[in-house]
Amino acid sequence: MSKDGKTPMLDDLEKGAWPSFVKEIKKAAVKSNTAKDLLNILERSYRDKVTHWKHGGIVGVLGYGGGVIGRYCDLPEEYPGVAHFHTVRINQPAGNYYTSNALRELMDIWDKYGSGLTNMHGSTGDLVLLGTQTDKLEAIFAETTAKGWDLGGSGSCLRTPSCCVGNSRCEFSNIDSMEICDTLTHKFQDELHRPAFPYKFKIKVSGCANDCTAAIARADMSIIGTWRDDIRIDQAEVKNCSKDMDIKTEVCDMCPTHCMSWDGSTLKINNKDCTRCMHCINRMPKALRPGKEKGATIMLGGKAPIVTGALMSWVIVPFMKLEKPFDNIEDLIRKLWEWWDEHGKNRERIGELVDRMGMRSMLESTGLPPVPQMVKAPRSNPYVFWSPEDVK
Amino acid sequence: MADKPKRITDIGAPHFSKFLPPVIAKNYGKWKYHEVIDKGTMKHVSETGDELYTVRIATPRLVSTDYVREMCAYADKFSGGHLRWTTRHNVEFFPAKDQVEPLKTALKKDGHLVGGIGYGISNVVHTQGWIHCHTPATDASGVVKAVMDELHEYFTTKTLPARVRIALACCLNMCGAVHCSDIAILGIHRKPPKVNEATIANQCEIPTTIASCPTGAIAPNPAAKSVKIKEERCMYCGNCYTMCPSLPLADAHGDGISIYVGGKVSNARGVPRMSKLAIPFLPNNPPRWPEVVQAVKHIVEVYAKDARKHERMGEWIERIGWERFFKLTGIPFTYQHIDDFTFARDTFRMTPTFKWE
Repeated sequence: MSKDGKTPMLDDLEKGAWPSFVKEIKKAAVKSNTAKDLLNILERSYRDKVTHWKHGGIVGVLGYGGGVIGRYCDLPEEYPGVAHFHTVRINQPAGNYYTSNALRELMDIWDKYGSGLTNMHGSTGDLVLLGTQTDKLEAIFAETTAKGWDLGGSGSCLRTPSCCVGNSRCEFSNIDSMEICDTLTHKFQDELHRPAFPYKFKIKVSGCANDCTAAIARADMSIIGTWRDDIRIDQAEVKNCSKDMDIKTEVCDMCPTHCMSWDGSTLKINNKDCTRCMHCINRMPKALRPGKEKGATIMLGGKAPIVTGALMSWVIVPFMKLEKPFDNIEDLIRKLWEWWDEHGKNRERIGELVDRMGMRSMLESTGLPPVPQMVKAPRSNPYVFWSPEDVK
Repeated sequence: MADKPKRITDIGAPHFSKFLPPVIAKNYGKWKYHEVIDKGTMKHVSETGDELYTVRIATPRLVSTDYVREMCAYADKFSGGHLRWTTRHNVEFFPAKDQVEPLKTALKKDGHLVGGIGYGISNVVHTQGWIHCHTPATDASGVVKAVMDELHEYFTTKTLPARVRIALACCLNMCGAVHCSDIAILGIHRKPPKVNEATIANQCEIPTTIASCPTGAIAPNPAAKSVKIKEERCMYCGNCYTMCPSLPLADAHGDGISIYVGGKVSNARGVPRMSKLAIPFLPNNPPRWPEVVQAVKHIVEVYAKDARKHERMGEWIERIGWERFFKLTGIPFTYQHIDDFTFARDTFRMTPTFKWE
């Protein structure tokens, strides 16, 4: 903020076609001094080219170890409205569907106790209420839970699981991703609210290999829907598609396994060679559908760079049927947590632990058998471990 | 408060069935196919013959309660009180067939951008930046706004050879997990942390601080109850600062933005892949970050001109080769482009078969 309280740099970001977050802060600032000082301190950051937020202190609600991120500014005398600027994570409903009534109730609570600013949604998936003070937290918690909402995860815990739209609006989905997400969220309430892990653990559920939740890149446990039988073909619809597209070039030639052929009247698929990448189905959703024997591939280890480099999840179970009450996946996750808990160092993600200890330790302790689907290729180096049982 | 409400805990998120539009509840798991009608409209058709229309608009992600109420008002008027958010911060409405055009007209009249579906640029997944974060190397919302003011037509009308997913993370923590995006805009620091000797003894646990460094750049300094930084080993990840507030590394001149390209998460055609470094550093130049905007726009335009239909940015680059990517874009190749961290050797070319440019 300049001395006269003007924000010329941010004002410039009110212009332009893309929706403006500055307009949103200004709307909230009409009602909230917190939002007003957020605008002012943000202008200051734009001028100074550094952040003005300090490390968070530990704040929260009684009985929970997470769900609220403590945040304080480094210039509280100049910007008293944001001396405290804590974030409350509200666990989003699976699939991010809402009714207007439910959202208005939440917004009313937030106007009463907070800055009136929110992220729909945060990166992990929570509905993020941005900017409140320590003494308001219990009241926010009481009023949101009374309306049926709960906090999401933060810290070294199970972070709020998230999923794609799945069966609710997608014909590609091979699993009930929303029901799986909701069920796991409820089975693991304790792990979500009371951080007791070496580090964070994320679960994301995508109904097919298009992976609309970016589970493979972003989740320690990536649950990806797939099928085991043949792609269903409607040959009449394939013919219809051929009027608008060159099926050979756009579909068959782009198939990574070259398992398809098109002679102008019939599309043939060698399903044994198909790896279910989704390209052909994406191109011709009216003509091609996933098979009927559906389930999920379970993958482990995805994460962003901190600490030892970014990882993408890899296959640990090629195929798992996932049906209510989803006890099989719950059981596997609990076994993985037990192994991680026993061996993991502080701030070591489960993927990094596999890197450090090897797949064998994880597989043995979870009872998963080694299968070729787990690797791109077997090892080429001869530095092979043998256990005494192996050489009996 | 006299009648304090009873304390409720561990109830989890409300079940989604409370929020589904009736046509979705009825056809849950029965969808047969979908059609993209235009860049902002889809139609899903069920085995039962029922149809579902979806209209999508962009949001700025950071929104006011009044913005959410405005969305609720559209939902009440056109969508039976139902709406949803996508994983990329767009809002979707579900109007009946005869309400699709009236809804789109109303949204456009109020200045909203209808689009984001199919081959183009959808909303930008991003982080908090200077709005709320203690470790950022740049702002998030401002950069996204500046970039998308320039590229918004790829959201509303213009098409590209395939989807181009842009994401921004304001530091290496990558809350936005941008590392598998077609274009990743990543805030970076370039100066090692400065030890605050006055506070470190009280604020930080020395052994965990030392252990937090992935390159072993932090050594104990027991005489001062502090640490020493081997500056030549530091690659500015900021993990030590997360563990120890007395090791700040933010710096107005040192901080800025790097651009990574060619990542994706979809498995279609080829496996998911990580984004790779295209531009090591661009300065923080608020409020409009012109260097970043021009760089992103330029990469999108070169890709749009040269890529084949259905080819994601990474697939295009793999076909033409990185050597030609740098030639076509005119981006200089530097020491910074050659990996020297954990997985470096995998990236070296172990064959004399390459293109001259």
